[in-house]
Amino acid sequence: MMRSQLTGSFRLATSLLMQGNTQMGPWSGRRAVRAGMILVAATMACTGCISVNAPDKPIVIELNINIKQEVVYRLSGDAAQTIDKHSDIF
Amino acid sequence: MPRLPRLNRKWIATGAAIMALGLATAAWAQRDPAYSAARSGGQIGEKSDGYLGIVGAATAELRRMVDDLNIKRRAVYSERAQAAGATVEEYAFTSGCRLIAQTQPGEKYQAPDGSWQTRGAAAPLRDSRCP
Repeated sequence: MMRSQLTGSFRLATSLLMQGNTQMGPWSGRRAVRAGMILVAATMACTGCISVNAPDKPIVIELNINIKQEVVYRLSGDAAQTIDKHSDIF
Repeated sequence: MPRLPRLNRKWIATGAAIMALGLATAAWAQRDPAYSAARSGGQIGEKSDGYLGIVGAATAELRRMVDDLNIKRRAVYSERAQAAGATVEEYAFTSGCRLIAQTQPGEKYQAPDGSWQTRGAAAPLRDSRCP
């Protein structure tokens, strides 16, 4: 048989679409939808893992946290004298 | 009693004058009447950090007074803290402990939780680190 009689004047079937395989293509509609659904489900699962809730109480920044009691005791006498000396501003 | 030489009498007079001036200065170093009134009226309170705070609604006059006094306090704290080898915040906080303890009944002060309290007859609520 001659080669021309087998394939006629048609091009070779190089793509899946040309092979009549429309349902099984790598990015066929159904597969894309399924992949999208998996992606959405995965995203939702992730957001469920890390839940951040707004605090119900105001955030108080304690600036005096690093002041040690020993230091306060040491300075106490000096501070008392200073307060007495500057009685107009205290 | 022998008469003192003229030079000595002059020095004694000068000394007495200096002492009188010293007493006058000590009497002068009192709180400004507006400050005293704002304190006893509960408009201004002692904060736990060693500075003054406005308790209720802030007016321009109260803000000006509080800022002025706090700037002066900070200058004193800075000077004394440097001499004592401490930070300004440490010195101010220590002073705050004492200033809250010294408040008179009716005056306002800040409790450790940050709320304003009115000083009663009992000891004020202070930070656990206060002596």
